[in-house]
Amino acid sequence: MSKQPLRLPNGGLVDRARTLSFRFDGKSYDGHAGDTLASALLANGVGLMGRSFKYHRPRGLLSAGPEEPNALVELRAGARREPNTRATMVELFQNLEATSQNRWPSLRFDVLSVNGLAGPALVAGFYYKTFMWPAAFWEKLYEPLIRRAAGLGRAAEFEDPDHYEKAFAFCDVLVIGAGPAGLSAALTAGRSGARVIICDEDFQLGGRLLAERREIDGRAAADWLATTLAELASLSEVRIMPRTSVYGLYDHGIYGAVERVSDHVAVPPPHQPRQRGWRIYAKRAVLAAGALERPIVFAGNDLPGVMLAGAVRAYVNRFAVLPGRKAVIFTSGDSGWATVRDLAEVGAHVAAVVDSRSEIKPEFKSLASRVGARVFAGSVVEATRGGRALRGITVRDASGKRTALACDILAVSNGWNPTLHLTSHQNGKPVWDEEIQAFVPGVLPPGLSVAGSAAGRFTLAEALQDGARLGREAASEAGFAMAAAQPAPTTDAEASELKPIWRVKGRKGKAFVDLQNDVTDKDVELAAREGFRSVEHLKRYTTLGMATDQGKTSNLSGLALMAEQTGKAICDTGTTTFRPPYTPVAIGALAGHHRGKDFRPVRLTPTHDWSREQGAVFLETGQWLRAQYYPKFTDKDWLSTVNREVLATRGGVGICDVSTLGKIDLQGTDAAEFLERVYINAWKTLPIGKARYGLMLREDGFVMDDGTTSRLGENHFLMTTTTINATKVMQHLEFCHQVLWPHLDVRMVSVSEQWAQVAVAGPRSREVLRGIVDAKHDISNEAFPYLAAREISVGGGIPARLFRISFSGELAYELAVPADYGQAMMRALMAAGQAFGITPYGLDAMSVMRIEKGHVIGSELNGQTTVRDLGLAKMMSSKKDFIGRLMAKREALVQSDRPTLVGFKPIDKGKSLSGGAHFVGIRRANKLENDEGYVTSVAYSPNLQHWIGLGFLKNGPARIGERIRAVDLVRNSEVEVEICSPVFFDHEGTRLHG
Amino acid sequence: MRIACPHCGLRDLQEFTYLGDASPSRPDGLAATESAMFDYVYLRENPRGLLEELWFHNAGCRAWLAVCRDTLTHTIQSVVPANKRKKGAAA
Ligand SMILES: [Zn+2]
Repeated sequence: MSKQPLRLPNGGLVDRARTLSFRFDGKSYDGHAGDTLASALLANGVGLMGRSFKYHRPRGLLSAGPEEPNALVELRAGARREPNTRATMVELFQNLEATSQNRWPSLRFDVLSVNGLAGPALVAGFYYKTFMWPAAFWEKLYEPLIRRAAGLGRAAEFEDPDHYEKAFAFCDVLVIGAGPAGLSAALTAGRSGARVIICDEDFQLGGRLLAERREIDGRAAADWLATTLAELASLSEVRIMPRTSVYGLYDHGIYGAVERVSDHVAVPPPHQPRQRGWRIYAKRAVLAAGALERPIVFAGNDLPGVMLAGAVRAYVNRFAVLPGRKAVIFTSGDSGWATVRDLAEVGAHVAAVVDSRSEIKPEFKSLASRVGARVFAGSVVEATRGGRALRGITVRDASGKRTALACDILAVSNGWNPTLHLTSHQNGKPVWDEEIQAFVPGVLPPGLSVAGSAAGRFTLAEALQDGARLGREAASEAGFAMAAAQPAPTTDAEASELKPIWRVKGRKGKAFVDLQNDVTDKDVELAAREGFRSVEHLKRYTTLGMATDQGKTSNLSGLALMAEQTGKAICDTGTTTFRPPYTPVAIGALAGHHRGKDFRPVRLTPTHDWSREQGAVFLETGQWLRAQYYPKFTDKDWLSTVNREVLATRGGVGICDVSTLGKIDLQGTDAAEFLERVYINAWKTLPIGKARYGLMLREDGFVMDDGTTSRLGENHFLMTTTTINATKVMQHLEFCHQVLWPHLDVRMVSVSEQWAQVAVAGPRSREVLRGIVDAKHDISNEAFPYLAAREISVGGGIPARLFRISFSGELAYELAVPADYGQAMMRALMAAGQAFGITPYGLDAMSVMRIEKGHVIGSELNGQTTVRDLGLAKMMSSKKDFIGRLMAKREALVQSDRPTLVGFKPIDKGKSLSGGAHFVGIRRANKLENDEGYVTSVAYSPNLQHWIGLGFLKNGPARIGERIRAVDLVRNSEVEVEICSPVFFDHEGTRLHG
Repeated sequence: MRIACPHCGLRDLQEFTYLGDASPSRPDGLAATESAMFDYVYLRENPRGLLEELWFHNAGCRAWLAVCRDTLTHTIQSVVPANKRKKGAAA
């Protein structure tokens, strides 16, 4: 049990009654509810929290907020391990477990901190320069070294056991940030009855009010905060979302946010997600995200104990932790002086205040003398001392005189940068404000206004005024009537003058600009010397601002240093642009439930349950689960099942669900004309009650899709598409109608899901159908010939559609019934077919039979093939215009040596074939220039008793009988094959008409 | 982005499929030339500013829409069903 040596006896917002134990690097500590991991470690006197990225230098806390570049830890263990977590943003919970990063073997003794001594090897442009060296150097020497040395935390090695959600919210006014400005905005907007959402990334609402000792309306700011939160909670249309970061602003008032639902507990409660990704649609938004304090670049500014002054106040006032016992303040503005007062208030010894300005205000002078602090006006901190913790500093005054001071905490203040990131997400360029020496929001995205510090209006009074005014304006713009404005609350006095300094030139020691990526002032100088003067080049060359903190505390210093190097003003040197996300977002929060099996919906055919009863093995094809084959105990293996199904179908009768085919119902007086325009072949001549095979092209002349379309009435057609293109063809047809030819009288609707469709194939198929088709329908060969297509009824009046079409090459039908009758249809067919040995067959057997017949599917209609390539050029009508007609005639698409559809079979009949193999001449080398085409489909034919295949071969049809090799370098196979007709079975097609 | 579908109201971008510039007209009929068709299939302006575009409301009413959008700011000026549009609205 540790005793939190740096915890103050009273004050702060932690709940001392609730003690939480946690572990850091295997050691146990105690903290309190209301702590962050950072404040709890600090309370326990743990100042060293990590090692730096390149040089493995010891690092402690710089900040108390989202900008933290140093204190990155691995949070939790095992499958829940999360690297690069900012200790300042981790809400402490019971049994929290965290590990420091980038250290080996331990945080205190890091072997690789020698990088700091061998420093020159890792300067700006190191990676680029190293790439210039012989490749072997890089691969064998440098990369392994750097991979071990540099880098951030380790990702979990197991699947994340938690789940994540996506959620959507709509509001009139979104308020981003729940500090004084945001709360005021939410309050005035909320009072109008507008739907308000107020988000804050913190678990406690109040923003800087939590960290500062301020007065509002003559009372402690905490009173105002409590009253305001209570009123907000009472407004039914106001939704308060703590632990929620708004990370991105998108077009048309859409905001991305991530809610850390269960990050503050060890394991999410049952049925709760770890995080929830929000998409918030807001009519108006008020950005009240506050500001981030800026550091100063000086030698040794990265030593644990050097901290932002505002962070020091946050640890003291909010968390009741004394970050050190003897403090020095280094400031370039008035805001740093607040730290003097607050530290003295809790009994810390403030040894000195180093103010870079030569004039010190009288009230600050008297404050210093009251607390016994030496004042160094017009002076700077030139260097720090200490190993793993700050022990002292060197102050240099205007005359160059140096003074050494002992201290264990150095609070640095250099003014504030508005947290304007979201204003920049729509390409908005921040503009330089000379008065406050900071970038402020430029042209704002539509619907967004900016209040308080985020707009560069840093005082509490301005925050309260802005918030109240902009909250009213936002609600009013969203259409809500406003009561008369009340005067904004008053505050105690606040001095906010500033004269920032960006860098103290020291004699030796590293001065860091970007703490997370270990970029020093020397790196920026080197980049300038080598000509990388544009800010974008500077960033890429030195990696400044490119770590996970996106340069929140370094971008401006980098810009200022470059300005100094090039003799320009900061505003002429460049600006900082920000892109989403504002802070890192876990991929899980973006994916939500869309992972694993839930990545996309699964569609089941109307006969799925029946297939399962039959023992089907299912295959995922697109979103569909389709029966692949139906194994029996007596089958030796997969192939013997498929062979059995093929032979049973060709020898008797088989049934196979084909419901997944796209089905589009087209009606209208111009329906036939419409089909003429989208298909390459003729449709007006198709008689009622007949089906026809159709091919459609894309406008660029390549084949888009194929299928059979039937004419059910004069003005009524039913089109089928391939399974995979069902949606695409529907969209294409809608385009052709609505955009190209809106004057045509045709309407269309997808009926894919309305009908269950089954192929009944084989010489006994008619006899089977006879058993279920109502007797009044004559389906004899004469009355219902090949390509007949009619509306009939089955099973005593159930409406059905019967098509005499064949994919297998057998006498075959496709029978469609309303989807709900699908299972019943299968059972009825099985019963009717029992006497004929009816056999269910799956996709694999269907594929074998279609390859035996040389029928093409998606493998051949692969988007790169033309009608000519498929050997179907004769289908193209020359008497009409159709989509793709002209482009299909282009020179390159009609060249005779284009790969064209052929069949092929192995010379050695015992050999198997491989899909994806390429055709290479017998004695040619396996090289790209000898590539003569490729294999698209292969199967073992139980009828021919050897493997067969389809593919595209240059000048194919002229090469029937030729021998060539099918080479598959991926699977390491090579088979000598003979080119043949793509029709392997029943060349004359007699079986079809049986 | 959100698009105000004339049939379905203000809907999220995810419900729509983008096609592109709405201005090219298909050279219909047997008299059309190959070069005119080539231009129709492949040539597009890529203007900075207002552009009339075709979007398909695939997860909604299945209407093809002519959306007049500023390519620079993504501001949407008008949305009409493609079969009711007047050509050249963006000009
Ligand atoms: Zn719609």
